[in-house]
Amino acid sequence: MHEGSAREAHRGILQAGTAGPAFTLNTTPDQTVSLEDFRGQNVILAFYPADWSPVCGDQVVLYNELLREFRRLNGALLGISVDGVWCHSAFAAARHLHFPLLADFEPKGAVAKLYGAYRTKDGVAERALFVLDGEGVIRWSYLSPIGVNPGADGILEALETITKTPRAA
Amino acid sequence: MAQLQSRVARLVVPVSERDHTYGPADAPVTLVEYGDYQCPYCGQAYGILKTIQSRFGRRLRFAYRHFPLAEIHPLAVGAAEAAEAAAAQGRFWEMHDLLYENQPVLGESDLMRYAHQLELDVARFVNELARHTYEGRVREDFMSGVRSGVNGTPTFFINGIRHDGPWDVDTLTEALMVAAQLHA
Repeated sequence: MHEGSAREAHRGILQAGTAGPAFTLNTTPDQTVSLEDFRGQNVILAFYPADWSPVCGDQVVLYNELLREFRRLNGALLGISVDGVWCHSAFAAARHLHFPLLADFEPKGAVAKLYGAYRTKDGVAERALFVLDGEGVIRWSYLSPIGVNPGADGILEALETITKTPRAA
Repeated sequence: MAQLQSRVARLVVPVSERDHTYGPADAPVTLVEYGDYQCPYCGQAYGILKTIQSRFGRRLRFAYRHFPLAEIHPLAVGAAEAAEAAAAQGRFWEMHDLLYENQPVLGESDLMRYAHQLELDVARFVNELARHTYEGRVREDFMSGVRSGVNGTPTFFINGIRHDGPWDVDTLTEALMVAAQLHA
């Protein structure tokens, strides 16, 4: 391993206290979503490797059941993978998802890379979670082993912490 | 920097009087399942757990909590409420078994048929389902699961710690034996 890739591997995902890098991605062929649209609201960014793979399925299905709780804590959920918009639409329809899936498709994985959540060797996003506050600052991040569904307990705790200490950063 | 975090998920709401349990409270091992009556994997687990229960007998206490994934399993919440309505008449486990044994048929009229079969007070049962009397209770189970790191169904906890491996008879038996020894 040469020095560059060693550094890359060590950089890891963005940590709490960092401003979440801005992005605009397509969620349907003719609709985009930008991080800045959510100013004043907490944002949950759920990067995941791929639509349709069983663990992701469980993960998004679980989050889909918790939208009420997320909303109660002023949180908006965005799923992000390198899949394209048509793939996302089919997946969202099949799983009855009620939150946007963003296509980090072209240039591939660009947003995942900004957040340090891209797996170069596999060409997919990591299974990584970020919770941002209303100012767009990352307040919690978590990198899960790729095959393990991280559940939602960490997200709920992070949102509650933000609600209790709104301007800690 | 070791960023990859592997957390040990623990049951945040301990098994109590509130739970539907099978087996003695002082059993050396308590197995908790978070399940969904419409989930095919939970259907598989149902048979496996029957084997496990007969193997362990009174050394095992089994508790079942609801974790219906309503958007993909539209009949799961109704089935969970039916189990609670049966529980209110002292017949939780009988209904639980019927629901898993008849897994593909969990519509409203089916639930009513099961209530008849168990000789429940059917009028009360139907009324409670129509009013969603146990909706809150089912959601409480669900949220306690979420808080404990339940990430899909079925999820098992053995003496309060999430069992992350496979859950075939042999693997579960071994995990339960280890927990029993640690307890002793």
